Amino acid sequence: MMEATIPAIPVMAVAIRSPGYWKTVLLRFARDPLAVAAAAVVLLLILMAIFAPWLAPNDPLQGMTLRRLKPPGTEGYPLGTDELGRDMLSRLIYGARISLFMGIVPVFCALFIGAFIGITAGYAGGWLNTVLMRTIDVFFAFPSVLLAVAMAGALGPGIFNGMLALTLVFIPPIARVAESVTTSVRSLDYVEAARASGASAMLIIRKHVLGNVLGPIFVYAMSLIAVSMILASGLSFLGLGVKPPQPDWGLMLNTLRTALYTQPLLCALPGVMIFITSISFNLMTDGLRSAMDIKA
Amino acid sequence: MGDTATEKPVQAGAAATAALLSIENLRVTFTGLSKPVTAVDGVDLALARGEVVALLGESGSGKSVTLRSILRLHAANKTRIEGRIHVDGVDVMALSPGELAQFRGKTVSMVFQEPMLALDPVYTVGQQIIEALRRHEPLSKTEARRRALALFEQVRIPSPDRRLDAYPHEMSGGMRQRAMIALALSCNPRVLLADEPTTALDATVQVQILLLLRDLQRQLGLAMIFVTHDISVAVEVADRVAVMYAGRIVEMGAVRDVVRRPRHPYTIGLLSTRAHGGKLAGTRLPAIPGSPPDLANLPPGCPYAPRCAHAADVCRAATPPPVTVAEGHVVRCARTDATASL
Amino acid sequence: MTPLLEVRGLEKRFTVKKGLFGGVRSYVSAVDGLDFDLHEGETLGVVGESGCGKSTTARLLLHLMKPTAGSIRFAGHAVGSPNLPLKEFRRQIQMVFQDSYASLNPRLTVEESIAFGPMVHGTARREAVPRAHALLDRVGLHPARFAGRFTHELSGGQRQRVNIARALAFRPRVLVLDEAVSALDKSVEAQVINLLLDLKEEFSLTYIVISHDLEVVRFMSSRVLVMYLGRVAELAPTETLYTQSRHPYTTALLGSLLSMDPDRRTEAAPISGDPPNPIDPPAGCRFHTRCPYAEAVCSRSAPVLTVEGAHAVACHRHNAASGSSGASQTEAV
Repeated sequence: MMEATIPAIPVMAVAIRSPGYWKTVLLRFARDPLAVAAAAVVLLLILMAIFAPWLAPNDPLQGMTLRRLKPPGTEGYPLGTDELGRDMLSRLIYGARISLFMGIVPVFCALFIGAFIGITAGYAGGWLNTVLMRTIDVFFAFPSVLLAVAMAGALGPGIFNGMLALTLVFIPPIARVAESVTTSVRSLDYVEAARASGASAMLIIRKHVLGNVLGPIFVYAMSLIAVSMILASGLSFLGLGVKPPQPDWGLMLNTLRTALYTQPLLCALPGVMIFITSISFNLMTDGLRSAMDIKA
Repeated sequence: MGDTATEKPVQAGAAATAALLSIENLRVTFTGLSKPVTAVDGVDLALARGEVVALLGESGSGKSVTLRSILRLHAANKTRIEGRIHVDGVDVMALSPGELAQFRGKTVSMVFQEPMLALDPVYTVGQQIIEALRRHEPLSKTEARRRALALFEQVRIPSPDRRLDAYPHEMSGGMRQRAMIALALSCNPRVLLADEPTTALDATVQVQILLLLRDLQRQLGLAMIFVTHDISVAVEVADRVAVMYAGRIVEMGAVRDVVRRPRHPYTIGLLSTRAHGGKLAGTRLPAIPGSPPDLANLPPGCPYAPRCAHAADVCRAATPPPVTVAEGHVVRCARTDATASL
Repeated sequence: MTPLLEVRGLEKRFTVKKGLFGGVRSYVSAVDGLDFDLHEGETLGVVGESGCGKSTTARLLLHLMKPTAGSIRFAGHAVGSPNLPLKEFRRQIQMVFQDSYASLNPRLTVEESIAFGPMVHGTARREAVPRAHALLDRVGLHPARFAGRFTHELSGGQRQRVNIARALAFRPRVLVLDEAVSALDKSVEAQVINLLLDLKEEFSLTYIVISHDLEVVRFMSSRVLVMYLGRVAELAPTETLYTQSRHPYTTALLGSLLSMDPDRRTEAAPISGDPPNPIDPPAGCRFHTRCPYAEAVCSRSAPVLTVEGAHAVACHRHNAASGSSGASQTEAV
């Protein structure tokens, strides 16, 4: 690349425009086979959840006690039946709906609230930062499982209460990450230069801070989806959160406990689904994080 | 490079017997990136006992990579090293990991640019020197500490006994660099490699460290390879200078010859862009046009041709072979006729 | 003619340790009593080693930090006064930072970065973008090739040119160059220095060049200010400073320049020891612990800035009133 005018190099007739930031990230992401595979799995799971009524062979709620605890491979029931005679395959497919819902929605709600708190605290600094972050720290001091259980227990069982509890659990870590990223971006020279330009604080945040801060916060939040799913499963397992007879992977783990010694394969199935989903989300967010790390 | 292959081995052979360190046709390619990059492309260097050679160049010239290859510091799975490196009769490329660990520190030792990065922050400097000593020699803790104290006195650290128990972050920049020099010299190496040891230091400290290195080199008869981007550092410390560009040595000779009668257009350019003295004030600096080379996309022929005022078609056709312009003064240029009169 | 910048008694303290109930236990005086003027059209060089406070001074001048004490007046007005609102001040004085990579928002294209400034000050986008293109051309970057690129695609020299274009987009009167060429390769550094000198003439700018590189400062400046631990050590026209320095620190600093003559190498370092820690500076004259001419009075009281024509020194030996034995001897100079 040369700036001095040397006659041998022809003048560019067409302007060079680089692909935008997110497009570059997408291109880099696409070159990572593991991340792409993980993203494909996540997509499949989401599609499975959406199209459950068309995919499930049987009614997930209807069971015949005559046919309870049939092993996988039984005719008519590819993955067997649970303790009430309900088709495991259908319940697993329908279960994806609630499990994914309880994984994604609380995290996104927490993302909005936590990012707002964290970015404000990070940019403002000073006493506002101290007040906000120390309040957050109080909640952060509780282990997340304990906090989720305590809140869900106080609010009572039910999906909505479970999601509320999970949202509250995830706000502190997201706020902390948001504050730390914002503080580090704020001290960079280009933000100083923006301050030196006379721009108002809102303009600086909008133009210079947000774009560089939302990325890492988003990636961190995505990595919490898997945690949220597992926590939701845990809540259901404990009897909080999802109520029977709704199909939910965590709840299924609980109710199938009784069959642990007679039909161990049946018990493992919901756990396998949780495992596949959470590991796919994790690998996908890892790939996204690497793709966003664009160095010169 | 074909025509040089016939002359080089003879010279290298003769030099190798006398030289303490010899590098022959070193080629270092980094394979871990999206496109393989050849950072060093055919470097030949011979270092005699007690001699100081400066490797001078800018970013991307390959000077640091050359230095690190001598100690095999690059990640083995991401780097491909071709060529031969011999130190004191030992073939460095053939060393096993255990032999390499013995080699590092005892035969060849290195001083880095940023001591804060090279020293372990959770141990005191004394502990690190003692550890290095006891690794290479059977010493008791007390003996090792005595040796460390002597080293600190040698590098002129005030209150050395107290400083042995200091952590790296408790010391000032100059002090840390002295501690690192002490660490490097602890096992009495034959060769000392210095990778821009004074670049990160203030001017008043830089001159102290350079003089210290020069005095220590004379006292101990060390052979040194000094990497720098600053010509004046080379002038102060080196006997010979090798100017590097795009992974090759483009000019090499005694420091007097290279600085007073430079023959490669790049060296000439570097020397004239120095904003020295009040003589040039009010005018413009004679600048080298263009940017440093992109190692992933080198043009065919001489890598400096795009920026060279004397470039001709012969330069762009093939990499110029080395030309001896004076006793011990070699230049890789096809246009030395043009630079003779400057 | 009113000086463009008048700095009086500038101080900036950073708290290091807070006491149990908020009281300040110890602090660093990064800038401790700075006095100087900046005249229109000149290039003022500021030199000093790490800890001398030159970068803090740059940020104080741009009002990126609030001074602990002292005043800065621009063209005769206090910043923030009705005659000179802060936003207007920000348009008049701009800075080029040392780290060319961190000074540019990695999310914005080159033209967006340059056009941001004028747009903040009310220029419409359809006018600001062509101005950005024109400036890119002026700094030697072909607009068609560079306007749509991102920071990480440019080399160090190219990034610094973008930074200069970005600062010039405001049409400022003063440009502060904070180690603007230090991180560049020598061959590129010369190009950027030449560009800066051309631009200064073309746009009638006033420069403050902050650098640790004495040769660069000598080449570019008309006057040079030497700082030591937050205070002025010496201030003089460039050639006077470099050939007839009076402050022992300036002399030592100049003596630390390495030789370019292989037959006349430096034999001894002019001063020993490291630059002291700004947290715990020596009493009296800050330099007296390393000064070869130090006397009793030097450890007792801090020297005042003695002005003689265009040459100002803060040293007891050059101040007849200080009672230093050296003063009467150096008077003859």
